[in-house]
Amino acid sequence: MTYLSDSALNRLRAAADTPDLSSTRYRPIDKLGQGGMGGVYRVEDTVLQREVALKIIAAFDSGTELGERLLHEARVIAQLEHPGIVPVHDVGRLPDGCVFYAMKLVQGDRLDDHISGLESLAERLRIFGKICEAVSFAHSRGVLHRDLKPQNIMVGPFGEVLVMDWGISKVLGNTEAKASGPLALLGTNHGTVLGTPGFMAPEQARGEHVDHRADVFSLGALLQFMNVGSSRVIGAISSKAMAEKPGDRYASVHDLSTDVAHFLDGLPVSAYPESWTTRLQRWAGKNKAWLLLILAYLIMRTLFILWRAAE
Amino acid sequence: MPNDTGIGGDKGAFPTTRWSLIVASRSEQAEERHRALEVLIAAYWKPVYKYIRLRWNKENEEAKDLTQEFFARLLEKEFLDRFDPERAKLRTFLRVCVDRMVGNEEKAAHRLKRGGEMQVLSLDFESAEGELRQIDVAAPGDMDEFFAREWARNVFSAAIERLREDCEARGKQIHFRLLELYDVEEGGKDLTYEEVAKRFGLKPSDVTNYLSYARRELRGIVLKQLRQMTASEDEFRREARSLLGVELP
Repeated sequence: MTYLSDSALNRLRAAADTPDLSSTRYRPIDKLGQGGMGGVYRVEDTVLQREVALKIIAAFDSGTELGERLLHEARVIAQLEHPGIVPVHDVGRLPDGCVFYAMKLVQGDRLDDHISGLESLAERLRIFGKICEAVSFAHSRGVLHRDLKPQNIMVGPFGEVLVMDWGISKVLGNTEAKASGPLALLGTNHGTVLGTPGFMAPEQARGEHVDHRADVFSLGALLQFMNVGSSRVIGAISSKAMAEKPGDRYASVHDLSTDVAHFLDGLPVSAYPESWTTRLQRWAGKNKAWLLLILAYLIMRTLFILWRAAE
Repeated sequence: MPNDTGIGGDKGAFPTTRWSLIVASRSEQAEERHRALEVLIAAYWKPVYKYIRLRWNKENEEAKDLTQEFFARLLEKEFLDRFDPERAKLRTFLRVCVDRMVGNEEKAAHRLKRGGEMQVLSLDFESAEGELRQIDVAAPGDMDEFFAREWARNVFSAAIERLREDCEARGKQIHFRLLELYDVEEGGKDLTYEEVAKRFGLKPSDVTNYLSYARRELRGIVLKQLRQMTASEDEFRREARSLLGVELP
């Protein structure tokens, strides 16, 4: 038998793992990554002559729940046209049985890599605001993400923010009828736990029923992750979002992002009750011009009175 | 016994059902049991030998005896009867069996000499010894990883041989040659498809298609072997994920 060196073995393993795109419009370029749901490849769309990304489930997994989940993900994303959600171009099955979908090739960094280079809390919070916009949009279409974490967020070179990996997303019951079938393809059975510890709401971890407030919890965990510098106000906002009971959290992603936006604008936030001195300081900070005018008037008036008294 | 190190030919073609190999290896019919075990032996004898040499620091001759004894016990169903696929992967189970057997031998300070009773397998220990010299591991830190990598090496080596035979039988030698050039030999991977096309008198698109064919066939052979050597659908998929792609150490 041929002896295979370590490098030959690695090449063969990668070669055997390369999807068979020979009879498709796609030509493989390289592998971008490997996740629990399969590999993501950079490929050339030879018809449109552009690079796209293919997410592919291996043939031996394609007939399983993973294959169904990939199709589910593609169909969910296809319903969510938003600048913060990566668009899907194509979905199907390769000649060797692998299930795949083609999507826009996202250039950029994962959130956890990206924010390590950002020192300003304000910059980080602006990114957080964009994440909230995408998730809030999905909620308005009746879709929960259920696996929000830094590894599932991409930040592009022009500051664009994309929420990825909708593989375990869930369509809420009240929109299932509107979702015309495919969106309701793969509900998660009661008692099934899918998600990421640390970013997953407690009720999700227990396999209980979840609603949009599970995503509010995950966003709170994400905010905590991004709160390097430990702002007390942002800490209070993330704590409220991550409350144990869903009823104690923000009622919506919009409410959460509004609090963060208020913090950035120097306005009071609902999660952080302020003392009267803090409120006074905030008022003074926002009305500096008026304060200076009043102060100048008072000084002039005092000087005038003293001058009159001295006369 | 014929060449025990070869897994080509129809002998390896077990039905692709769950448990096929394990069930067959436990069969009361000696012929069926032996056919199943040939596949297991072909996939595992080199990893077992190398593992005994490095993990247990055994001399060449002693490692040969221990390897023979291990597979003799396997043939007699001594180990596999205890295998519970719900509790462990077959690969892990076999490695633990090796550890127990060698450990017990050491404790007893003597090895059971079976003499004429033991079935001696025709295994090419010299090639295994030669391969050991090429492995750059003075003292492998994680022997579980070492065993897994040697097993993967053996699976792919056997698959390459099988692919060569298949391609020759179908008149597709050039398909195999392209895979060998790009994925087995050092230096070939840097060649462009245009360069290779010129060298072989092909169109660049033929290079793409031929290579895709050979890689697809290789994957099919590897997965077929794997299916035979795993005891459940779940184990099969986990092993496939680790064997193909990036998860193997």
